[in-house]
Amino acid sequence: MRRAEWLRTWEALLAVLLVVVVALNLRLAPNYLSPNNLVDIFELSIEKVIVALIMTLIIINGEIDLSVASVMGLSASLVAYLYQNGTAIEVAMLAALVVGVICGLVNGFWVAYVGLPSLAVTLAGLIGYRGLARILLEQNSVGGFPQWFNDLGQRGFIGTVPLSVLLFFILLIVFTVILHYSAFGRYVFIIGNNKEAARFAGVRVRRVKMTLFVVSALIAALAGIFYAMRLGTVRADAAEGFELDIVTIVLLGGVSIFGGKGTMIGVGLSILLVLNIRNGMNLATLTGHIQTSVIGVLLILSVLVPNLAQDAQQFWRRRNAASRIPSMQGVKEERPGAIGD
Amino acid sequence: MKLTRFIRPEQVREFSLLVIIALVIVFFGTQIENYYSGRTFTRVSTSVAIIAVVAVGQTMVVLTRNIDLSVGSIVGFTAYFVGQQLTRNNDIAPLLAVFFAIGVGGLMGLVNGLLVAYGRVPAIVVTLGTLAIYRGMLVEYSDAQTVLTSQLPDWLVNFPQVNLLTVGEVDIRAGVGIALGVVILFQIILAYAPFGRRLYAIGSNPDAAVMAGIPSRRLVMLAFVLSGAMAGLAGFMFLARFGNVTVVAAQGLELQVVAAVVVGGVNIFGGSGTVLGALLGAVLIGTIEQSLIRMRINEFWKDALLGLFILLAIASDAIILNRLRNLWSGNTLRRRTPQTPESSVGTPLQEQVKDQKETRHA
Repeated sequence: MRRAEWLRTWEALLAVLLVVVVALNLRLAPNYLSPNNLVDIFELSIEKVIVALIMTLIIINGEIDLSVASVMGLSASLVAYLYQNGTAIEVAMLAALVVGVICGLVNGFWVAYVGLPSLAVTLAGLIGYRGLARILLEQNSVGGFPQWFNDLGQRGFIGTVPLSVLLFFILLIVFTVILHYSAFGRYVFIIGNNKEAARFAGVRVRRVKMTLFVVSALIAALAGIFYAMRLGTVRADAAEGFELDIVTIVLLGGVSIFGGKGTMIGVGLSILLVLNIRNGMNLATLTGHIQTSVIGVLLILSVLVPNLAQDAQQFWRRRNAASRIPSMQGVKEERPGAIGD
Repeated sequence: MKLTRFIRPEQVREFSLLVIIALVIVFFGTQIENYYSGRTFTRVSTSVAIIAVVAVGQTMVVLTRNIDLSVGSIVGFTAYFVGQQLTRNNDIAPLLAVFFAIGVGGLMGLVNGLLVAYGRVPAIVVTLGTLAIYRGMLVEYSDAQTVLTSQLPDWLVNFPQVNLLTVGEVDIRAGVGIALGVVILFQIILAYAPFGRRLYAIGSNPDAAVMAGIPSRRLVMLAFVLSGAMAGLAGFMFLARFGNVTVVAAQGLELQVVAAVVVGGVNIFGGSGTVLGALLGAVLIGTIEQSLIRMRINEFWKDALLGLFILLAIASDAIILNRLRNLWSGNTLRRRTPQTPESSVGTPLQEQVKDQKETRHA
């Protein structure tokens, strides 16, 4: 790749934005880059970014999983419910992970084997799994977990780095290797590009999709447990609305919503960017709803900007071509209307 | 099977929904004392009215293969916004207030529509974003104040008690009348007007619709504007019904609406479904919701059941309805071309798959 091309990539844009945001934050808080604050930045949203890693694979695969936040809530609620009713916390955690796998099997079955759109299936999951959490905890707020359980989420595991942050970096490496350097990762891309072609080429499309949805729900369940550890109390609405942040991180990372395109580096940069923006907004004491709105704007822009850039590029190319060939001047090219699927 | 010539597969779906609604009502009748009363009808019907109005707009959007998740926030915003204007100035004419609500909602829908149709951003991305943005705008705008019933003009406070028609114990409230009017109007538009038919065409096959000269972008945008406008109207009804409007008003309503539309047989792939079906879906969901609230202990089952219903609806859509449609289109094919041994046995798998895909939207 030539140097000039590299500068024009989405990742380069993200890196520039990241530098700008960090610079702005440094002006607001001079000790912004201290190790403690850096750990804080990660810790406050760690559950979301862990789930964003597997969401990257799902969206590259051409699907979406909107049910992750509800699976997180269900898993946290189940741990709380079982613990409250006298089950050992270790057993409760295991049960939550098993329920996560079951949720993933349900999603995956309908999407991969019956062929329903993942948007509809996981929207049903988003409502249904949250409903199960409500049945378990009703309006109660459950706390009083064992000390070691809370410590695992709130104290440093190695130095000041908590277990969840450590796990995030391990998973980041694992998923980067799987996505970019393994056969499974190639299958994920191929299916995302063209499902039919992948099937005729002998790729086990159903199995790949099933695996992704099960792993997604499993990781969401794990993230739900981390959420319970970090907060120390659980309500049925735990992690509600997290899907917005997660999908935003992935799409802002340059992953195409239509599948088949995206890099882990982009998502990694996007994670840093979103976390720093959130932290900056905290420093500027903006309310939670304003922060969510800003994330919403980011989500739309992350798809709109590349589209507009493409339009502009096509416009210039056509103009240049038209000016070179005199007879082509004034010829309007018919563009097929694209409607969001 | 002569029957297939008079009944469409969608009508089978709508009829089975009616049966399910009847079964649900009978079930709750055995569980709740005094269930069959005018009060129950009023309670359920006023709740269904709001969902149904928003579901009409959502139906048009889903028909074009899109989805509008921002409707809950639009209902909340317009309810609050109009409520606040009426609090400040009690003399605003009733009709003006209604048009104001529809206008604000329509504007919000326009933003969605422009981004989807002209910005080429997928509807799920746009409306997931505007769901958060519109709610954030409401919170910022409201300054954490609540619209109070006591400060609203009298005509609005009394509006929910206005009866259009009373049959014995059963009252048809004004809000229910509005909802029925909207449903009938848009059922006619979708079934007979060019605009309606074109929405079906876009959803069935977007590329073919463009080739046929249908202004897809403009119509998709219009569908979003109408969805926003209907959400605005529902916002007015919400304000009239509850009086006290907080910043979390109508949060999560979009899920109920999507559930109603999908359960009502509007295909999430676009191109098929009716407003009448969406109304039946809204009736089913509203009945279950309001009845569960009366059973008190089981109120928390609402969302789990809602999720299950959506899943069952799309699954039955994919499996049973497809089979029914194949039966229907199979009949027409057989009438036209007598079956030969080759066509029934030797059809390559690929062709069969292609056939199924084509007949799904037939």
